[in-house]
Order: sequence, then structure tokens, then C-alpha cells
Amino acid sequence: MLHLVVCIKQVPDSREIRIDPKTNTLVRLGVPAIINYYDLHGLEEALRLKDEFGARVTVVSMGPPSAEKALKQCISMGADEAVLVSDRAFAGADTLATSYVVALTIQKVEERWGTVDIVFCGKQTLDGDTGQVGPGVACRLDIDQLTYVEKLETLDLATREVTVHRHLEDGVERVKARLPVLITALAELNRPRRASLPGILRAARYQPIVWTTNDFPTIDRAKIGLRGSPTIVSKTWVPEPKQVQTQWVPSEDIAAAATALLDHLYSTDLPQKLGWA
Amino acid sequence: MAEERKRKPMIGLQSDTDWSEYRGVMVVVEQRAGVAKPVSWQLLGEARRLADKLDSPLLALVIGHQVQGLAREAGYHGADRVYVCDSPELASYRTRPYSRVCLYVIREYKPEIVLMGATYAGRDLAGAIATHLPTGLTADSTQLDVDEERLLLASRPAFSEKMLATILCKQFKPQMATARAGVFEALPRDETRSAEVVMVPPQIDPEDISTQVLGFVESLERGNLEDADVIVAGGRGLGGPGAFSLLKELADALGGEVGASRAAVDLGWIGHDHQVGQTGTTVRPRLYIAVGISGAVQHVVGMQNSTYIVAINKDSEAPIFRFANYGIKGDLFQIVPALAQAVRARRSGGLSPEGVLEQVSAAGRGE
Repeated sequence: MLHLVVCIKQVPDSREIRIDPKTNTLVRLGVPAIINYYDLHGLEEALRLKDEFGARVTVVSMGPPSAEKALKQCISMGADEAVLVSDRAFAGADTLATSYVVALTIQKVEERWGTVDIVFCGKQTLDGDTGQVGPGVACRLDIDQLTYVEKLETLDLATREVTVHRHLEDGVERVKARLPVLITALAELNRPRRASLPGILRAARYQPIVWTTNDFPTIDRAKIGLRGSPTIVSKTWVPEPKQVQTQWVPSEDIAAAATALLDHLYSTDLPQKLGWA
Repeated sequence: MAEERKRKPMIGLQSDTDWSEYRGVMVVVEQRAGVAKPVSWQLLGEARRLADKLDSPLLALVIGHQVQGLAREAGYHGADRVYVCDSPELASYRTRPYSRVCLYVIREYKPEIVLMGATYAGRDLAGAIATHLPTGLTADSTQLDVDEERLLLASRPAFSEKMLATILCKQFKPQMATARAGVFEALPRDETRSAEVVMVPPQIDPEDISTQVLGFVESLERGNLEDADVIVAGGRGLGGPGAFSLLKELADALGGEVGASRAAVDLGWIGHDHQVGQTGTTVRPRLYIAVGISGAVQHVVGMQNSTYIVAINKDSEAPIFRFANYGIKGDLFQIVPALAQAVRARRSGGLSPEGVLEQVSAAGRGE
């Protein structure tokens, strides 16, 4: 049977984070914790494949104990098992240290439930915004990566080939790869389902499996958490949107306004820079 | 990433490597069918400044098939030395073969800084390389600098663009960062410059055939906001999806693309690809025309670095005007078509100013 692993992260809903105008610091109080938006699209695609071909869907997450709630939500949507990797020693990890732990977790999942065919990740997280953990995990597992996937066109179980559409700046690339692969999901990939009633009932009773560093006998403690993270945040600041002096173009006469605006624009370096005649 | 958090140097990842032999700033040039992405030359422009500050050579890495011309171009755009890996197997970007070439060049020639565009391909590649090396990687930088300890100071937006954070990588070389398109200025193309060219053997592995690029379909409908020089963007003030056709007309006249505020995208009036600002695209066109956009902070941070900003809005109190070089208060349904008409008339040349005025007033009257 297909074995699909979905990597999820519980994140603060960054859309709700505000900056305190007096102190210029982040106000996180009351900011809801949600499943990273793009990860839900990874989960939905795994569940869609489960519906079509039959599959085991295992969800994994690294995070604090409170992330159990996010994992239970995945169970309510239809995932079979959920694993939380949680340990203070993992705190402060950057993308390099995170991908190390996530890759170890997936290897342990394979020992327990069989080899993995596809790993799904979101294209990036809302709080980190880097998109680096997916490629990092693929590298460490030594499997091919298909990033920024907006459509899973076909999955051929006989040839073990998957064909996807990768989203690029200027178009779409069709790529075929052999399983196992890691796919990072865009929002365009699908529309995540709601939890079903049986799913909600199962999630209510379900207890995610929790692994700590002790569950990974071979873990290299120099590669995890803050210690294992090569990048350092040296400072943060709030950008001030720069206000400018607005030149108002009178608009009583629309045609004159259009001409006046163009005159202004033509008096700048725009015609030269843009190659306007 | 917590605010004001200072991390102590790690013990864990320290190694005995002598990093002092790592010299030079390298830019990985991204290309499709022999045409470089603008971000590559923009990065060379900024990297030139960093290299000069470090008194190091500026290096470029060109990977692809039949890309010798790009090696010359990299020289014209500021590179001192260009590593070229040219092979039919490298015609399309694929993670494994491309990262193998990058890893070979980095290990062999030891640059102290490696930069690439924060494009889909660039982020795909950078994430793989940094993991293999291993080293630290900063995504989506919008400011780059170096300090007296030769550390790369890569600054990037954090928390949905609400903050900026400066990221360092003290323990490893090369220090890596991807950087957004449109942030940095390319150097003027100078054909008198020439770079030393070093050929690199392709690092092909039989397992590479497991991934194949079947094809690429260029999207004509989907504008490329990041590379656009001119953007005409619409917001809630458009009142519905229909008015985007007016914006398209103006954008076409100006040779630009159509953008949108989050409000317009959330209302389903236009696709997410057009969204400027928070959770959308950060843009830095030379000309940004905001039509019926009120100017929420999340939108402004995504477009404030445009060279010139024009705002058209019926509410003269709209915050967008605080960030606009030129403001027109009025009805967008009249102003936008009149502007499109005026632009077409002026760009087609030929017409006297009076003729333009006449045409424009005709348009303004809705004729």
C-alpha cells in the first residue's frame, strides 16, 4: 500500500500578528495557532491519493506539546497516524537543524510503518517563509524533490512515476519523477476538505505519538536545536514605510489630468529607463 | 525568530576547517533557454559592491546548455571570473544535476559568499546545496552587506513583511543567501569588460534520469509581477472584476502588468498570482499605478520601493496618497481610460501636443 507522509507545522497566524506602535515589538498575545496554510494542501493531496488508490497517511510535526492539537485536526480530516517530535533540545532550530530532525523522524516512521512513497510539505511556512525545509528533508533522505507543485497530474503505481505541474514565475513546468519523491504544495494544488464526523470522533479519542530525543538513539546532538543552527538572527527592526510628498494632479478636467500626469512622468527618467519613445 | 534575540556562537557545528581560503563572492546565474533572469544581473550588481568591499573577486556560475554567451554577458555585468558548466544534460533545471555542479564549484573554488535569486528555481537549488554542504542559508534577502569580519549581513522580511531581520552565518563558509528580484540594481552593461572563463565538467550521475522535465508552458495570461517595470494595480475601489479590463488596457499601453490588492484577490475578482504585498508578491517596478487601492500597510510594504508611485482614488484621505509621488482624486472609470488613451497617443509619437489633447479629451468625454 502507498505510504504517504505529510509534514506539518503549527504556526502563529502571522496575519494576526501586530506591531506595538510604541515599543516596535511584536504583539503575539492572543494570536491564534493554526496549521501552516500550505501544509493543509499537502495533507489534502495525500488524502486525495488515499481516496483514489488507498494509502496510509502519516502526519509528522516538530514542535511544542501544544502542536498535538494541530495533529489531531489532521486526524479529523482523515490521516491515519500522527507523530509529534517534541523536545526542548529541538528549540531554536533553523531550517538546517529542522530538516535534520524531520528527516530522522521520517526514517523512524519508515521503520515502523514501512517505506515512504511520497513526502508532502507546504511550499513554505507562514512564520519562517523560507521554503528551505522541504528541499533540506529531500536532500537528507536522498530522494528527488518536486517543489512548488500546483497540480499532481498522474500517479502511475505500476511504473512508480508521478507527473506534476511545477509553478514558475513565467509559466508551468511538467515534470515526471520516480518515487519516492518529496513534493512541496502550493495553495493552487487543491481545496482542503473539512473534517468528517467520524474523523472528528476519531480525533477526539486519538492521542498523537510523541517522540523525544531519547527515541532517536543515533541522533547527533550537535546538529539539533540552537546548537545545530548555523544562522543567527543578529537584529530585527520594523520598517517604516517611507512617506513622500504627493504632487496632486488637478482632476476637474479628466483629459487635462491625464495629460498633466503624463507630463510629470515624462519629466522623470522613466521614458529613458523604460524605453518610451 | 524572536525579536532582539541574540544567539551565542554555537559549539555544536564548529569544525576545524580553515575558512580563510574561502574568498570571492559568487552569483549563480539563472537562465532559461540561454536567457538570464534579470535578478541574476541585479545580484551581480550588488555582489560587485560586496566583493569590492571585501577586496575579493566577483564570481559567476553559469549552468545550462549552450550558455557560452551568458558567460560573456556575466562579464559585461560585472563578474571577474565566470565558471561555466555546459552540457545537454543541463538544458533544463533539475535539482540534482544542478546542485551537483554547484557543490563541485563551491568545494573546488571556495567562494566565501554564494548568492542566487529567490526565484522558484533559485530557492529549490539553494535549499538543496546548503543542506549538502552544510551551511547557513538566508531566504528572500532584500538588503545585503558585509562587515569588517567579512560576515554577510543578509536582511529579510519576517512576520509577513511586518519586520526586517538581519541574519548571519558565523561558523560556516560559504555564507549563502537568496535575494528577491527587483531589489538591487544591475550595473550598466559594459561590453568592454571581459571575465576570465573557467569551464567546469558536468557532474552527471546515472540516477539523474529519474526526473525528467517533460515540457514548459509559458503563461501569457499570468503576468510576471516580480520582473515587471510597470504595474497597474487595482483594489476594492474597482467595485468588481470587470474593471480589471480597464487596468489591463492601461498596463498594455505602458508595457506593464496588472496587479491587485489582497482585498480584490480575496473577493475573487482576479487570481492570486496578481496579488501585491503581504502573502503576495513584493514588487519594485519603476512605475506603480495604484487604482482604487486604499493603501493598507500590508499592501504598501509590498510596493513601497517602486521608483514612482501614482495613486488614483476617489477618497483624497486614502492612506495610499501618503506614499504616492503623484495623486489624482477622482473617478477611476473615467481617469484610467483617459490615461490609457493619452499614453497610446504619446507613445505612438507622430501627434502634436494639440492632437494628443484632442484625442484625450474625446476619451475623457467617453467618445
